[in-house]
Amino acid sequence: MSATATAGRVAAAASAAERPPVSRLSVFGALLRRDVRVARRELPYFLVRTIMQPVLFLIVFGFLLPKMGFVQAGYTSALLPGILAVSLTLSSVQSVALPMVQDFGFTREIEDRLLAPVPMQLIAIEKVVAGALQGVIAAAVVLPIARVIMGPIPDLHLANVPWILGVTLLGSTLFASLGLWIGTVISATQIGLMFSIIIAPMLMFGCAYYPWRGLDAVPAFKYGVLVNPMVYVAEAMRGALTPSLPHMPLAVSCAAMGGLTVLFLWLGLRTFRRRSLS
Amino acid sequence: MPDVITVESLRKVYPAPAGRPRRGPPMRGSGPPPAAPQEPPRVTAEGIVALDTLDLTIRDGELFGLLGPNGAGKSTTIGILTTRIIPTGGRATVAGHDVVTASARVRQHIGVVPQRPNPDRSLSTLENLAFHAAYFGIPFAQAERSGRALLERLGIADKAHAKVDALSGGQQQRLMIARALIHEPTVIFLDEPTVGLDPQARLDLWEILRDLHAQGRTIIMTTHYMEEADQLCDRIAIVDRGRLLACDTPEALKARAPGGTLIEVTLDGVATDVAAAARAVPGITRAEAQGPVLQAYSAREGEAIPDLIKVAGAHGRTVTNIHLTSPSLESLFISMTGRKLA
Repeated sequence: MSATATAGRVAAAASAAERPPVSRLSVFGALLRRDVRVARRELPYFLVRTIMQPVLFLIVFGFLLPKMGFVQAGYTSALLPGILAVSLTLSSVQSVALPMVQDFGFTREIEDRLLAPVPMQLIAIEKVVAGALQGVIAAAVVLPIARVIMGPIPDLHLANVPWILGVTLLGSTLFASLGLWIGTVISATQIGLMFSIIIAPMLMFGCAYYPWRGLDAVPAFKYGVLVNPMVYVAEAMRGALTPSLPHMPLAVSCAAMGGLTVLFLWLGLRTFRRRSLS
Repeated sequence: MPDVITVESLRKVYPAPAGRPRRGPPMRGSGPPPAAPQEPPRVTAEGIVALDTLDLTIRDGELFGLLGPNGAGKSTTIGILTTRIIPTGGRATVAGHDVVTASARVRQHIGVVPQRPNPDRSLSTLENLAFHAAYFGIPFAQAERSGRALLERLGIADKAHAKVDALSGGQQQRLMIARALIHEPTVIFLDEPTVGLDPQARLDLWEILRDLHAQGRTIIMTTHYMEEADQLCDRIAIVDRGRLLACDTPEALKARAPGGTLIEVTLDGVATDVAAAARAVPGITRAEAQGPVLQAYSAREGEAIPDLIKVAGAHGRTVTNIHLTSPSLESLFISMTGRKLA
């Protein structure tokens, strides 16, 4: 065994002498750095996972159907903000929930981070921040692709950059928080169910593919869908990207996003703690 | 030597399961437990008692073993000391910090080797070490340097840039040890570190532990292998069903084992009557019945065995098996609990 070579060096430092507390900020930075490195390594998979669905949808509804004359020309303006909302939603939820389910389910890989000398909630919060960043990146990637596929979009208004960024960030944080909650509640065997029972209905009834005001025609749906957090993200995106078209007031959708973020974060942190400790 | 770990009246009761089969005391870093407890856990009105008023002190620089069968409470004890299980009652400190109220400070002082390797599979071997150190506030460049030195020391330097999936079981175990050392902890915990290792990897691990011990590290390990505890540990705590049965040096514990060789005679029926009669047999110092097994102690087993077979026959019993155990931790454990350790 070559073990004795550097033996003495470490021993000296390993006494029970008091150590200064570790800076939470530096631990947070290390956690984020780890996630950025892993995400960068998995970039191709990340892109396929998050933009495939919106891009396919764009081709059919934003290109083929208008070409065939089945939808009116203005439909692309209603579709674009919704597609961005779909991209950031899928990306944020999945990037937090999927690894979390695996980690707590069978690989227990998160254990090395749970040993960090900081409050455990910091690890969960870092996951939400990393997830939100991935949501923002997904939206930023899909926007130009959408523009290319759909051609000129009549009412697109890119001047409101701070609003667009703010809504994207808030929406991504909302869904990363939801991802934390889902990821700490469901078991590995239920991942398939998560998509069919939670994600799919959320996307279809999230006012992504039609504006909320369009549901005036079906009042039961118009108020029913308000339990769906996605509605507020899609509508806020409309308020920021195509402000001249009908949309929910920005103040209302942003307030709802903020409230739901706090709710999901609170629920997620609670279940995260429960899964980490016994 | 100062105490690094103190445990006072530590208690852990898990809520009784609601229909669903329980997976035993949660073990850090492990998936399902390796085997079902040999004895059903004690279930009271409160729930399942995993740990029942445990008291321990572990001194600086000790290699301390927690020895007991599956389900004894070893992993629960480690879980509490490593801040991942909240005790129901009592108090425990590590390096002077309370494991419940100052858990983050405790984590700063400990390194943990889980029973089943749980490396971060998205990272390479060296990255596993460097990032783990960074989670302890160590600058990344310095962490990478220490990581390389540790991999060198543990003989897996050639795997520094390999994906962890490319490592063998023994190599992953070494990576876990390196990870537990990278932030220079005061105390290292190992939960059943040799379970699932091949004989050579086990001997290598013993060597690594002896080496760490020689450097003055405090090491706490759980095991249900007697010879492991006997060979490695300065002191051993024998636990069973959440209770501390004995805590001393291996030599002192072995000296406490009942005199002579343990003769276990398996009969074709309950051994109670035979045990009572066996006590009168010359040379038998002690005899107990455990179901169909007669457990007798004698310094002169060669002479005692024919007599025991005769006694059994006189009570209408046929002997189906005879097993001899020389004085050891095993015979001490059996004399205390009536059961085998593993």
